Amino acid sequence: MDFSREELLIGVLARLLEGMGHIAVGASSPIPGSAALLARALSDGATRVTMLGSTRDNGFTDGGRELFDCAAQGRIDAFFLSGGQIDGGANVNLVGKGDYPRSTPRFPGSFGSAYMYFMIPNVILFREEHSPRVLVEKVDFISAPGTSPPSLWRRGGPVALVTGMARFSFDRHARRFRLESVHPGNTVDDVTAATGFDFDRAPAVPTTPGPTPGMLALMRGPLAARIAETYPKFADRVFTDRMAAT
Amino acid sequence: MIGLDTLVQGISPGSMLALPPDYSGVAMAAVRALIRLGVTDLHIVACPSSGLQTDMLIGAGCVATVEAAAITLGEYGPAPCFARAVGAGAIALKDSTCPAIHAGLQAAEKGVPFMPLRGIIGSDLLAHRPDWRIIDNPLTEDEDPILLLPAIAPDVALFHAPLGDRFGNVWVGRRRELITMAHAARHTLVTVEEIYDGDLLGDERMAAGALSALYVGGVALAPKGAWPLALTDHYPIDGGHMEEYTRQAASDEGFAAYLADHVMTARAA
Repeated sequence: MDFSREELLIGVLARLLEGMGHIAVGASSPIPGSAALLARALSDGATRVTMLGSTRDNGFTDGGRELFDCAAQGRIDAFFLSGGQIDGGANVNLVGKGDYPRSTPRFPGSFGSAYMYFMIPNVILFREEHSPRVLVEKVDFISAPGTSPPSLWRRGGPVALVTGMARFSFDRHARRFRLESVHPGNTVDDVTAATGFDFDRAPAVPTTPGPTPGMLALMRGPLAARIAETYPKFADRVFTDRMAAT
Repeated sequence: MIGLDTLVQGISPGSMLALPPDYSGVAMAAVRALIRLGVTDLHIVACPSSGLQTDMLIGAGCVATVEAAAITLGEYGPAPCFARAVGAGAIALKDSTCPAIHAGLQAAEKGVPFMPLRGIIGSDLLAHRPDWRIIDNPLTEDEDPILLLPAIAPDVALFHAPLGDRFGNVWVGRRRELITMAHAARHTLVTVEEIYDGDLLGDERMAAGALSALYVGGVALAPKGAWPLALTDHYPIDGGHMEEYTRQAASDEGFAAYLADHVMTARAA
């Protein structure tokens, strides 16, 4: 079956979100947002989605603090983080490269990462670009640490890293990523060459399965309309051309 | 109600100025008036992130310090004047994280000196925030380190709201981070899109989304006051203008031309 790169990634993320009671999605995140809506559509009413930037899919009415207070109480099961740099210990850098404070380039800043990473049990790291400049051995600035010592209160942390090339899981005890599958069109050697950190892997790494026909029908139909409320340009570019072909 | 130029005279050089995120209700017309006024040495507190208004204030030389969880133009890309100022070491940074700014404002709302918050320990943010302090939870026998964040009490909060009435009350709807900002700040200045004919506190349905005049130091009428940013249920972001901004602000010369065309002329929007 024919599907786009975005549809593949939405499917990969949606599978990781299966069974989650409440998924929250931050701003400027059309692919994670689409995946959350897809997971909800497949959950038969069991999954709730809170998507920042949306009006219909955001039930918060107590201001910017509510997302964080909600997370602190354990009311959010899954969340996405990204990073200008992500290292092999799942540390995330959203501040910039080089010596702080005169970072060059400067990234926007840490947003809520230094908090949400501790609060939310299932944090999925998502970054489309898979290259040695993004996936580094050690980040230049830790916005949010991947792991913490046992004496520190921590409920949450990373469970997976999804890029445009592959899907990894993260072992919090070993503090290492494990390559779980490689997206169609890439090889394990491609992934190794494009990754700046060491990772574990099975002797035979499978190819990432594409979205099912049912997933694609949902994406190109009701989901395209729903995501367009928050991400009109994205919905138009990714889904509209394909709706006629479905 | 007062005029826009009078309103921004309430923001003195060196003020700690609280500003809302770009999705919330940004007083862009007032920011342009503030740049024309030539204010300097502002300490911006983004509540908790900011975009166009902070970038313009930095580019125009109004800013000494930026305290924020993030400065970005969102889908229009990095904030160009901010990035240049950081690279040149031209502004002091107090890098933060969203809930730390919310908690600092909440401490100021309560009039207490600090607020404890989970998480954050292990982030490099702490190494650059000598004003943040880790203590051992005093209410348990077990080892339990937790972070204390000082109250953030801005001199002034500035935002744009959909409605204001003749009594000085303003209506923000569900954008309650604006209410938190106003509670925390000593002084709050608001521009409003429209005048509400009646008492916002006299109608239960409006009162729940209203900020009482108790907290408001001045209101100016500014139709399309958030332009080129969006105001929910009123107008969307002006994407063409945002793209023009990012093109022009990519260099100091281009930014100066942008200011001349859209800010210094006082005919903007």
